[in-house]
Amino acid sequence: MLRRWLADSSPLPGAPGVQHVAAAPETWQSLAQDVAASGGLLLALWAEWRPAPTVLAAFLCERNVIVAELALPGDRTSYPGLAGIFPCATRMQRAAADLCGIHAEDGDTRPWLRHAAWPADYRPLAPRQGDPRPAAPVVADDYAFVRVAGDGVHEIPVGPVHAGIIEPGHFRFSVVGEKVLKLEERLGYAHKGIEQRLAGMPLADGHRVAARVSGDSAVAYSWAYCQAVEGIAGARVPSRAEWLRALALESERIANHLGDLGALGNDAGFAFGLAQFSRLKELWLRALDAAFGQRYLLDFIVPGGVARDAAHDRLDALVERARGVAAEAAELRAIYDEHAGVRDRFVGAGTVAPDLAVRLGVLGLAGRASGRDHDLRVDLPCTPYTALDVRKQARTEGDVAARVAVRFDELAESARLVTTIVARLPAGECRAAMGPAPAGALGIGLVEGWRGPVMVTVRAASDSLIERCHPHDPSWQNWPALEHAIIGNIVPDFPLINKSFNLSYSGHDL
Amino acid sequence: MWKTLHRIGSIGVVTEPAPRPDETLRVAERLQERIRATLGRALCIRVVDAGSCNGCELEINALNNPFYNIEGLGIRLVASPRHADLLLVTGPVSRNMALALKRTYDATPDPKLVVAVGDCGCTGGVFGESYASAGRVANLIPVDVEVPGCPPTPERILTAILTAISPAER
Repeated sequence: MLRRWLADSSPLPGAPGVQHVAAAPETWQSLAQDVAASGGLLLALWAEWRPAPTVLAAFLCERNVIVAELALPGDRTSYPGLAGIFPCATRMQRAAADLCGIHAEDGDTRPWLRHAAWPADYRPLAPRQGDPRPAAPVVADDYAFVRVAGDGVHEIPVGPVHAGIIEPGHFRFSVVGEKVLKLEERLGYAHKGIEQRLAGMPLADGHRVAARVSGDSAVAYSWAYCQAVEGIAGARVPSRAEWLRALALESERIANHLGDLGALGNDAGFAFGLAQFSRLKELWLRALDAAFGQRYLLDFIVPGGVARDAAHDRLDALVERARGVAAEAAELRAIYDEHAGVRDRFVGAGTVAPDLAVRLGVLGLAGRASGRDHDLRVDLPCTPYTALDVRKQARTEGDVAARVAVRFDELAESARLVTTIVARLPAGECRAAMGPAPAGALGIGLVEGWRGPVMVTVRAASDSLIERCHPHDPSWQNWPALEHAIIGNIVPDFPLINKSFNLSYSGHDL
Repeated sequence: MWKTLHRIGSIGVVTEPAPRPDETLRVAERLQERIRATLGRALCIRVVDAGSCNGCELEINALNNPFYNIEGLGIRLVASPRHADLLLVTGPVSRNMALALKRTYDATPDPKLVVAVGDCGCTGGVFGESYASAGRVANLIPVDVEVPGCPPTPERILTAILTAISPAER
């Protein structure tokens, strides 16, 4: 079904298996329908002024990624929306309208990332906008939440400042007694203008901002950014650097899974779990610090390779630590599995059934807990994953327990990969020089971060500057799934269910 | 249960000694020593993420792990600014969070301390100031101590907190 579209496509530089299709307003929706009919997903939707208003969508299909580009004819700034085909398109369309002033013709038209901090007619990513800062008022706006009416229904507003150490966002619960009838999220509080900041930067510097789109996924973002830039500049990354990047990515996955597994135990009332896993995480971060000189690898991956090599004895110590952490995590898993109180909280809480996950297009870890076994490391592997034979981990229950189980399985698998990568690490250089990038070229990076697939697209301007860079976090797809997961659960289970997804606010708000 | 107790017993106490205060982190001297003495070692902290990339939050969370064991020092992270003596704020302050940050500061009872965490909290970092970012924390609320780093290590964050509550060395 997709063959007719692929016949007219051209490969995009960067990540493997990405095809570019030029769409027209008449074909834009039918392409999306064909993708949906063949089991594909919407990975991202964003807009660009180049200088004509343009909408782009990336679709994750079985054997490739299709990037469709719709250049709007004449002075048109609206396009047929995809929300009817992929419900997760709604918020991305709202964000594109806020940032670029390019509107979808369907779905929700409320602002999403713009609150009241800058003027409604200011479009940060559209040309000739001036600087709205002096006029920027600090006022509270009146967001039109969807109201639930009925006997005994009341609302609980939570945030943007939360009780724990978490990122800012607002949750509006409509409840009867303790039971949640509806949750509506309002995000955008962490919006700090990342895409405008990136525009006009040298291609050689953007990885520093990309790594800070979501600090817990710094390796995934900086790698995806570099993949895109290296693709358009035609750079050949030394093979040692590619393997070190994978080592860093699996290390990031281990660190985050350890943190989440402890926090999930704690949210289930088992403080022992937090103490144990936070100890393991600290040991792991110290091993990373010893091997790479950083606890969190924010500036490790750079265009052309990695910033510095790691000494062999340090890497051997890292492997030892990975084995130790995996063995202790296995012991702790047995304790979690046998603890009646923990099981009682985990099993059946916050369920996203497989058919709902399909409809919502749930990605990554949360998707794998609901029967969708997508993993870019297996489905569209870049080097060195082509040689690593990653084992996918998946469950079908879709509850907190399943998301915990996927984390335990992936932790063990990543520890195995760390051992394999260090054992097979090629010798040689770890950074190559970058050539110039052709102006107007579009590159794409795709990396399976610990949360799910991270995408970064980069369009080059002249003089090796960034024209437009769009980072996309899997949290865009998974935040709406959380709204569904909580329905029918009780309010006190929300922190546990929320933590079991552990979505990024910053990565979503940009 | 036996396995749980066995692990607790076999791992033992891993807490490390707390770092010394570091005067170079102090940017303002606002509290009288008498008040500092009262706050002393029963400090309540409210963390406010005013728009960070979440990197600083990872290291603030680490303060609770058994190695840094911040509660063992008498310092608690509390759920409301109304219970807090000190605000630990990460940035850059997004313009969408500016009002919430000011309200949180106002809701914190006097006398209060503010520690800005991370390069972005101290200077705006890689995000700087823009239509969406108001930059450093001190652009919005008074700051006593700043701890740079991207992210700063838990030890540096703890140093900054201890600097804020210790008498200024003159």
